Amino acid sequence: MNAEPVTENRLFNPEAETLAPDALRALQAERLRAVVARVAQVPFYREIFAREKIDPADIRTSDDVRRLPFTTKADLRENYPLGFLAVPRDRVVRYHGSSGTTGKPTFVAYTRNDVQVWSELCARFLVAGGLQPHHTCQIAFGYGLFTGGFGLHYGIERVGAAIIPAAGGQTQRQLMLMQDLKPEVLICTPSYALHLAEAIREAGLNDGRLALRYAHFGGEPWTEDMRAAIEKDLPILCFNNYGLSEVIGPGVSGECAWRNGMHIQEDHFIVECLDPATLEPVADGEPGELVFTALTKEAFPLLRYRTRDMARLYREPCPCGRTTVRMSRVTGRSDDMLVIRGVNVYPSQIEEALLRVDGVAPHYLIEVSRPGALDRVSVSVEMRPETFSDRMIGMQQLRQRIAHEIHAITGLHAEVNLVGPKTLERFAGKAVRVKDHRALS
Amino acid sequence: MMDEHWSDGDAPLHPASAPDFLPADQRRALQLHRLRSVVKRAYEHVDLFRARMKERGLEPDAVRTLDDLRHVPFTVKTDLRDTYPFGLFASPLSDIVRLHASSGTTGKPIVVAYTRRDMSVWTGVMARTFAACGVRAGDIVQNAYGYGLFTGGLGAHYGLEAIGATVIPISGGNSERQIMLMKDFGSTVICSTPSYFLHLIEQAAEMGVTLADLPLRAGIFGAEPWTEEMRQRIEANSGIRAYDIYGLSEIIGPGVASECSAQCGLHVFEDHFLPEIVDPETLEPLPDGETGELVLTTLSKEAMPMIRYRTRDITRLMPEPCACGRTIRRMVRVAARSDDMMIIRGVNVFPSQIEEALLRVEGTLPHYQIVLTREHDLDQMEVQVEVTPDVFSDQVKTMQNLRKKIEHTLASALGIRAKVSLVEPLSLQRSQGKAKRVLDKR
Amino acid sequence: MATIKQLSLFLENKPGHLKAICGVLQEAEINIVTLSIADTEQFGILRMIIPDWEQARRVLEDKGFVVHANDVVAVEVDDKPGGMAQILNLLDQDQLNVEYAYAFTFRRRNSAVLIFRFNDTDEAVRTLTAAGRPLLAQADLLQALERE
Repeated sequence: MNAEPVTENRLFNPEAETLAPDALRALQAERLRAVVARVAQVPFYREIFAREKIDPADIRTSDDVRRLPFTTKADLRENYPLGFLAVPRDRVVRYHGSSGTTGKPTFVAYTRNDVQVWSELCARFLVAGGLQPHHTCQIAFGYGLFTGGFGLHYGIERVGAAIIPAAGGQTQRQLMLMQDLKPEVLICTPSYALHLAEAIREAGLNDGRLALRYAHFGGEPWTEDMRAAIEKDLPILCFNNYGLSEVIGPGVSGECAWRNGMHIQEDHFIVECLDPATLEPVADGEPGELVFTALTKEAFPLLRYRTRDMARLYREPCPCGRTTVRMSRVTGRSDDMLVIRGVNVYPSQIEEALLRVDGVAPHYLIEVSRPGALDRVSVSVEMRPETFSDRMIGMQQLRQRIAHEIHAITGLHAEVNLVGPKTLERFAGKAVRVKDHRALS
Repeated sequence: MMDEHWSDGDAPLHPASAPDFLPADQRRALQLHRLRSVVKRAYEHVDLFRARMKERGLEPDAVRTLDDLRHVPFTVKTDLRDTYPFGLFASPLSDIVRLHASSGTTGKPIVVAYTRRDMSVWTGVMARTFAACGVRAGDIVQNAYGYGLFTGGLGAHYGLEAIGATVIPISGGNSERQIMLMKDFGSTVICSTPSYFLHLIEQAAEMGVTLADLPLRAGIFGAEPWTEEMRQRIEANSGIRAYDIYGLSEIIGPGVASECSAQCGLHVFEDHFLPEIVDPETLEPLPDGETGELVLTTLSKEAMPMIRYRTRDITRLMPEPCACGRTIRRMVRVAARSDDMMIIRGVNVFPSQIEEALLRVEGTLPHYQIVLTREHDLDQMEVQVEVTPDVFSDQVKTMQNLRKKIEHTLASALGIRAKVSLVEPLSLQRSQGKAKRVLDKR
Repeated sequence: MATIKQLSLFLENKPGHLKAICGVLQEAEINIVTLSIADTEQFGILRMIIPDWEQARRVLEDKGFVVHANDVVAVEVDDKPGGMAQILNLLDQDQLNVEYAYAFTFRRRNSAVLIFRFNDTDEAVRTLTAAGRPLLAQADLLQALERE
């Protein structure tokens, strides 16, 4: 916990961010009642309410959230694409998506008002982490269906700062833009930032030539060690933010100048921290699975969404004046999802990709490592007589084909290794298909 | 439900389209007013422009009529490089809210800037583009232009938001997912390069999806030259109407000109972008109807006004009135360029960029040739590089690594993937004088 | 058809892999006439000519190796300069591509045997036969080896 702020304490919306606890609970209760009334029209919730005899009229206080049903990723998939939509389709102005376990992504929708709320929430954590209207920001996040790029883009616009929409990749070009256009703020995933920091050092640009002062990282778990490593290489302050598309995208929480946990924007979300096995609350400061209820979303409000992200909650007052609960970094998952270069990947997706290639053995091993700063995924596949060829070109095509299928389903460029038959470990019980060599927690 | 808003040929006038119908004399008065103010703005804030004006003994008030523009100096692409990055900015950096970039002829990109007002002009002309193509509130639009520094993705995105359409910001690539979304979400409109859409038609067929049976009914295609034959193929094979749009980041991005329901020439939004056609040799203005190089002047841009910018695109203006009733003039679709720029999958690539990348990997410039083909309707770029004794190895893996390194460097420099083939020394054709570096088989 | 059998093996790039294969063959007292290895950064392909290829294949498969048997064209030429060039000239005329090639010699016959894998094996056999070039069949190979 930091005793001193690392930069000036700023609030984008001081009134909303420093509500007195009673006022905050009252606002949450009012918004919870409204959202429960709205989702009562969504078939999924209507059926559960009827089956479990939940009467929306019984939901009065914010604590009553515990009487509501959970929503899981599987529920989203079963109601693909838009079973959870709570407004007529013509009120939707935007769809975003995230990867799913079966090749089909899950989708979320936004009304015009949702986009405005989302922009403000992003503006709040950006300003908490130093952003000012005269700054220029380089967004090195992918745009597209992924919510990361757009969330930050609209948040910066809301603050009134300038945007360089560099999107991800093309590291040399990123460096050139930093050098020539002098952005003060960098937006990307933390692992890409490490990679950029290395590239900046190699290019000898860390001699005060760059104007970078602030960085905002999200989209994947990272560590204090990574923060220290980046801040050692570059004279910047790195801020952590958190979000997921099912809840709204980035903007669920973010660090303030004290960087002692991420303030959850409780006027828009009710957070719970539960034991993933019993689904009972854990004590403050103890690790548990985060569960969010979106209070103000119109198009796609989810009740008690199980994030599968493990973290801790802190309620001690923060010197910044925000009255909201803070969350720790995400320290793990309560399922087998991997976050690789900011992309969510389930081992089952890779298995599905392998199944599409005839003759590829059902034995495979996914290895994730971080040799430099960037995540690397390799998938080892056992060679079988059906797929072997005496011609090099045939073998190379097999590798390319497997890599292509993995890319089509997960969006990841994986390195495919062909290994000898029966060289991968066999398992009597639950197979270990993933070896994650990164130290992430 | 969507169909209520749509009737080909006589779609009700969208409010955003009002400026398209200004009576010609009013439009000319507005153009002149804006022209004088932009020339003054550029003269006061852009050193390069002021110096060139002074060279010719011109003061800003020398522009008294639209015709006087012919005396004003041109701006060319290399001016953007020579004044990189901020030299042509006419606004203080604190007023800039957006920066975009596109390929330059060498390693440095072309950087363009927008103030808040420029963003609203851009959004406005993109809304007019979509309105002219019959896109309305309630449409579900799959935006498959790439998002990022390229102006295509974000330009279309803001225009669609202004029209009130639903945006699926899918960006480019992942064709299977594109088809899946079209089917599962019932997208009514797609924005992409025309060649990418041709590829999607093929992808759909492979997946057993008949595009003509889906709600998709219009495609807004741009960012690369295409032909009337391609339009016929697209329309016949997918059951949609295919519209051509035109723009370039130096001027604003997409939103410079757009087809309308008549699908016969692109209306130039000339209240913001004043078109001229000049002879590319003599640079003398040509009368309407004659073919030459398109020169554009931005009439309302604040951050980066462009005065008489030579686009290098060859076209002609069509002065005759359009069936749709718009009073703004049309230009015919762009079929050729007057420089060596290649457009590959919507990305601008100059051979000089490729030379730079090869030089970086090998230390010396090897003999190389760029071969452009179209496989499954997608542009493919192959760079054939002669192996020199310095880089040859008896190990296949060393050679593969060299190939990968070149591929990686090219992808990093160009933003698109190119296939690299190592070929034997002296196997590429040598030519006298100017090397024939590009073999375009498309 | 006048071709001989080649065994090819998937060879992971890790220490001791090639030795293990040779060990298996040695134990079964199987002799390798000639071999070639194609390498990539991650794996290789071992190609071998073995008279008793069926037995070799059996013992290797028993040990869990991935083995293929396929037909390759074996052309005997005089072991002197220009021997191979004559063959390639013939093939060039019919636009046949060599995917890979390797060779061994018969000392007593003062000749070399070129092993080819073509993009179109049947066509290559036709071309070479039509040009009167003797192609070795499996039986010819065994016979010649016995006399070595």
